[in-house]
Amino acid sequence: MPGREVKSAGRMSFFRELALAVRLLRRDQRAGELALIATAIVIAVASVTTVGFFTDRVHQALGRQANQLLGADLVIVSDRPVGPELEAEARARGLAVTRVMRFPSMAIRGERNVLASVKAVGSGYPLRGELRLADALYGADRRATTIPERGTAWVDERLFAQLGLTTGDRFELGRLAFRVPAVLTHEPDTSIGFLNSGPRIIINEADIEATDLIQPGSRVGYRLQVAGSPQGVDAYRAWALQKLKPGQRVEGIRDARPEIRSALDRAEKFLSLAALVSVVLAAVAIGLSARRFLQRHLDACAMMRCLGASDGLVLRLYVTHFALLGIVASVIGCAVGIGAQALLARWLGSLVAVKLPAPGALPALHGIATGLALLLGFALPPLTALGRVPTLRVLRRDLGVPGGSALLTYAAGYAVIAAMIFWKAHDLKLGAMVIGGFTAAMVVAAVLTWLLLNAAGALRTQGVTWRYGIANLRRRVLGSVLQVIALGIGMMALLVLTLVRHDLLSAWQTSLPPDAPNRFIVNVQPEQVPLLRQFFEKHAVRQPPLYPMVRARLVQINDRRVSSATYADERARRLVDREFNLSWAERMQSDNRLAAGQWWSGPHPAPQFSVEDGIAETLGMHVNDVLTFDVAGTPVSARVTSLRKVDWDTFNVNFFVVAPPGVLEQYPATFVTSFYLPPGNAALLASLVREFPNFLLIDVAQVMGQVQKMMDQVAQAVEFIFLFTLLAGVMVLYAAIGSTQDERLYEASIMRTLGASRGQLRRAIVAEFAVLGALAGLLAAAGATALGFVIATRILNLPYTFSGEVWLVGTLAGAAGIAAAGYAGTRSVLRVAPLKTLRELS
Amino acid sequence: MGKTVPNGSTGLTILRDISFEVRAGEAVAIVGVSGSGKSTLLGLLAGLDTPSAGRIQIDGHDLFALDEDGRAALRGRMIGFVFQSFQLLPAMTALENVMLPLELAGSRGARAAALGMLERVGLAERLGHYPKQLSGGEQQRVAIARAFVTQPALLLADEPTGNLDAATGSQVIDLMFELNRERRTTLLLVTHDEALSQRCDRMLRLAAGELVPDAGA
Repeated sequence: MPGREVKSAGRMSFFRELALAVRLLRRDQRAGELALIATAIVIAVASVTTVGFFTDRVHQALGRQANQLLGADLVIVSDRPVGPELEAEARARGLAVTRVMRFPSMAIRGERNVLASVKAVGSGYPLRGELRLADALYGADRRATTIPERGTAWVDERLFAQLGLTTGDRFELGRLAFRVPAVLTHEPDTSIGFLNSGPRIIINEADIEATDLIQPGSRVGYRLQVAGSPQGVDAYRAWALQKLKPGQRVEGIRDARPEIRSALDRAEKFLSLAALVSVVLAAVAIGLSARRFLQRHLDACAMMRCLGASDGLVLRLYVTHFALLGIVASVIGCAVGIGAQALLARWLGSLVAVKLPAPGALPALHGIATGLALLLGFALPPLTALGRVPTLRVLRRDLGVPGGSALLTYAAGYAVIAAMIFWKAHDLKLGAMVIGGFTAAMVVAAVLTWLLLNAAGALRTQGVTWRYGIANLRRRVLGSVLQVIALGIGMMALLVLTLVRHDLLSAWQTSLPPDAPNRFIVNVQPEQVPLLRQFFEKHAVRQPPLYPMVRARLVQINDRRVSSATYADERARRLVDREFNLSWAERMQSDNRLAAGQWWSGPHPAPQFSVEDGIAETLGMHVNDVLTFDVAGTPVSARVTSLRKVDWDTFNVNFFVVAPPGVLEQYPATFVTSFYLPPGNAALLASLVREFPNFLLIDVAQVMGQVQKMMDQVAQAVEFIFLFTLLAGVMVLYAAIGSTQDERLYEASIMRTLGASRGQLRRAIVAEFAVLGALAGLLAAAGATALGFVIATRILNLPYTFSGEVWLVGTLAGAAGIAAAGYAGTRSVLRVAPLKTLRELS
Repeated sequence: MGKTVPNGSTGLTILRDISFEVRAGEAVAIVGVSGSGKSTLLGLLAGLDTPSAGRIQIDGHDLFALDEDGRAALRGRMIGFVFQSFQLLPAMTALENVMLPLELAGSRGARAAALGMLERVGLAERLGHYPKQLSGGEQQRVAIARAFVTQPALLLADEPTGNLDAATGSQVIDLMFELNRERRTTLLLVTHDEALSQRCDRMLRLAAGELVPDAGA
């Protein structure tokens, strides 16, 4: 430190201080702590911004492009035709109006048939956003200026592939053949959901009748799209809200795509909290490194003070120094985040089916704020001690750090982390639960690790290198516990997402009998039932049971009217919003079990309902409650006399609500069945679909494949976020190694003096880190097993099968990985001449 | 023998043309002021550092013809150490510290030998204690037990009383000389305590890296 600068300390300008801080930073960069602090910040910021940038893109899409996502400024969504009044009023107010119908249907060409989602549109569609078409597959696309002509369909590339089409070919929808003049490359209001995930088809609404696809009981979504001036749309919205019937709702640009919004909300909460785990670990690494930095700089500070620098100057210099480091590292973290979010968008973007705009700047600011908050909470409190170093330390080295800073460090750090968790949870209760859960898990993990470390002490008789290695772990017990937990968390996340996920999936698949139904037929009209039976007979397929199904809306429980607004629970709201499928039966299905009440008997049982117990719990229904359903405009009321448990995994047809015969027969019904079709019967399916074009044929394997693909994409995204966690755990390891480096050098030189060979020292190091890694792996396996157990028994309702593999892989991979990482971090210990270390450190 | 370390463009000479011989069983004190090169000399004698010129032979072995691991093995077999600041391993108990050199050399019966040695230095009651639980004098006695447990031919001691008060220091020194006599060990002792050096058979005085003739030599 040249005296020139220090002499003028009292009058030093901001810029000269800054320049001095930069010089200090450059001089210090060779010291490992700063690199470690910077890397930890990069990891933390990258993990936060990866999630931030991605969710920001979806938010932007929902905000700025909301009308494109709707295809309009306002949409009235209904499960019955919307009715002329709402449409006429919109036209009368001078608003642009068009109608859209969406429904699933089989698309047929020769032997091939595909379950597709069809959109029948009226002229003017889309009112907002654009349809884009290409003349050939993968050709350049252009904006469509009309809707499809009658007799033509625009279909997406998936249908081209699955039906083997080329432009100009024909395929059938229901009773009508459509020519395909163009490839659909982009549509504004893409729908998502289970049955809407098939290939897409757009046709002219005038063709609907000729297809003969819309029959009583068909599941069709009707949408009235409206656009115009904001005031006009707002006024119409206010008017329309008064006119809505059950089963109708309004979506505007403020509340567009509630399904995407709620999925995004959940994804954002989960991913940001997952990202925060990395932040917590990075914080630990920063705290450890900052303490070591402090210890190494005590002398320099005392000397600077001795040479005339004021407390304030010393503190300001180091704060500037760290702030510079924090900003640089945060910016790098943001850059990593921008790159990484593209991967997230690839895995998750297709699930939200939204075209994503470029990420905005706000997440970068959040990222930089996170980086600086970490420094503030974990590096600054120890630093303030530097300003208070007693000058006398120049003469008496035993005068150390002024007291009180450790407690301050922990309190400040805890507060920063808690604030971040509340911020990311967007919810006081969830935030408190996460903090509480995290703290409790930490305490349990710490106690467990401490016990394991003590148990490892039993290994102390196993040779000198092992004894020395394990003795090291036990001596630095706090540091060891910290490292085991940090590494354990990272490993646990990966174990859950790889081995445990795989175990759960195969447990579920093996729980299915091999001849479980693999095809559903939906939408069978009553007059088609005997024809379908004949068809099965003709093709020698065992007759599957056909179940009647009547669509109805739940409107009342006892005297209480219900709507989605009645429920806070999201699943309950969805259930009430949709129509129920009611069925009737004399006897209970063999795969159902009575959970409460009595099943009906006798020749003419009174009107009553049997309800599946899960949905009864979700919607708050009990035995003896009177339920009222709106069935095609007529209220149907009856008492609940039993609750049933249903095993949905059998893939048999089942119903939430069943009535005895004689209650529902007079209403329009369709029939549904499921059956097992041995592989290699495509021809049978083709003739079935050709004969009954209105049937919807659902291939369970294909749906399962889609679900699994979706799960894989989500898991990949989450795994990716947890990769940052593992990296942050490794940073904790290195920070802890760094903080013990001097001790290690010193002890290694004693060992060398006493005759230890390099090989012996190397084995001791490997033993120490292998045990550390094995403990972390054990902890990770315990955590992963516990999580797997909860997921299996509570969420998936599967019997949990214990997996030894998780423990074996966790422990071995942990031991090997951490031994390698630890050895890499400490092998410099082996290279120093023993005398040098003894002199420098003793 | 000499030792030069690089210092900028020129070399800084710490030891110059040192040459002496010590007979088996002899006790020799190396004295000199701070910076005269005593500790460097001791380190070289132990093979902890390499000389720039010259050779060191211990019991016929050319120390620097061996590689690092070879020297470590030789140390383990032939040389015991007592340091000013004890240099016990903090993670290990007194017993484990004393067992360590035997175990590193792979000898059998380390535990019994270490127990016997600790009993000999009067610490039979302190076997399971960690260094930080022991007083300075006790720690140095553990260090002496560790130095003698391998039955070394040569004991190197670097200011063994430097960190102890006078009374404790003299007890430790008495113990060290007793053991030295019992086991007929050759002793090389670095000190600037004149009284201590008087107890040795002869004295080597170092000044500015060179041996100076001494009246007592």
